[in-house]
Amino acid sequence: MVTPVLTDRAHLWKLAATVVDPEIPVLTIEDLGILRDVEVGADGVTVTITPTYSGCPAMDAIRDDLLSVFRREGIEDVAVRRVLSPAWTTDWMSEDGKRKLAEYGIAPPSGHSTVSDPHVTRGPIPLTLATRCPRCGSADTVEISRFGSTSCKALYECRACLEPFDYFKVL
Amino acid sequence: MTTFDHGDIQLDELALDDEIVRRAGVATADVAEYALWLGDDALVLAQQLGWWISRAPELEEDIALGNIALDLLGHARSLLSYAGSASGRTEDDLAYWRGERDFRSSQLVEQPNGDYAHTIVRQLAAAVSMYELYSRLQSSGDATLAAIAAKAVKEVAYHREHCVEWFRRLALGTDESRRRLEIALDHVWPYVGDLFRDEPLIDRLEGIAVRPSSLRPAFDAVIDALAAETGIVFPAADTARGGGRRGWHTEYLSLLLAEMQVLAREHPGATW
Repeated sequence: MVTPVLTDRAHLWKLAATVVDPEIPVLTIEDLGILRDVEVGADGVTVTITPTYSGCPAMDAIRDDLLSVFRREGIEDVAVRRVLSPAWTTDWMSEDGKRKLAEYGIAPPSGHSTVSDPHVTRGPIPLTLATRCPRCGSADTVEISRFGSTSCKALYECRACLEPFDYFKVL
Repeated sequence: MTTFDHGDIQLDELALDDEIVRRAGVATADVAEYALWLGDDALVLAQQLGWWISRAPELEEDIALGNIALDLLGHARSLLSYAGSASGRTEDDLAYWRGERDFRSSQLVEQPNGDYAHTIVRQLAAAVSMYELYSRLQSSGDATLAAIAAKAVKEVAYHREHCVEWFRRLALGTDESRRRLEIALDHVWPYVGDLFRDEPLIDRLEGIAVRPSSLRPAFDAVIDALAAETGIVFPAADTARGGGRRGWHTEYLSLLLAEMQVLAREHPGATW
């Protein structure tokens, strides 16, 4: 029988933070802001994650990856808990994460989430901020579709270099 | 892993849902019934929109409707898991093993996809009303409903923008697109009233549920603005009998459920 080696919380957090998003493998779950908590209790380790979008299918893969990362360190008693509140926002994405995203070819979210306040009702016409092309840096870009290859992305086209690109939309 | 009985059938419970339920506690019978209203609306609409994948007028719309359906399915999973906590049932039990009379979805969401104008009109009514509903439900006295709503409202804001833009495009596009939009409004709009009917259940959920009729002014404000902008005349809304929250449905729901449920019922407990 393997005796779990429970070390300090900071170490366990770092371990959990090595798990990457299966759809965007340059970003860790810490970069994305979906790793919410790591606790050590009598029953073992509890990792708390929150989904980016309600229907995000990556959550199952992330949970499995978390379990195997801990198992590799000999830590077997791990529970992964999913919470919805407070609701995830792109505001939680780290600056480092935004930089890595742009280097990967996905434009990071520009601006901040506006709908988290229940008293602010947005009109039917959204305010659009300039989105820079991650390839050539031009701000002369146009949205092709607000919905892209995954829930969190929109599809854009750059008018300067004529390349299409993904944009991680503000939520 | 926990299992629940269905006569001689065993279905596995999904671990994620257990986490939602365990953290949130158990819903009362009334709260569970209300969660079914919202969860069934989201589930039926997700199933409807999923049909369009590979059939939409543009590739981008395949992707857009697929994404919107996925968000709605996420809302349905959370809401049905919570609803099921009152009776020891899982989200899958509720989705696959209830008949038409036990569904609490509004009559609006079960109306057929029709042509793209029909889908956009139905989506306009659904997304605008859901946005107003979830905006208010964030302040619910029930912590689980409030958490689901706070998550959903951000996503539904995108759904709403999507169908408002398409409504404009069809209304102001060509004579043919406008003609088809007006036909779709005649077919779909009578069922809009079903979203705003108060039932006795609502009186028992003061501070927890959002009173459907209270959403009407905000809904009408968005619709009136679109009418003014496009010159489209919306039909009077409350002409269909309604009653989806009581399990009274039009003939379309049973057809949708037959397709949605057939695999789970033909192969109980199957996994892949």
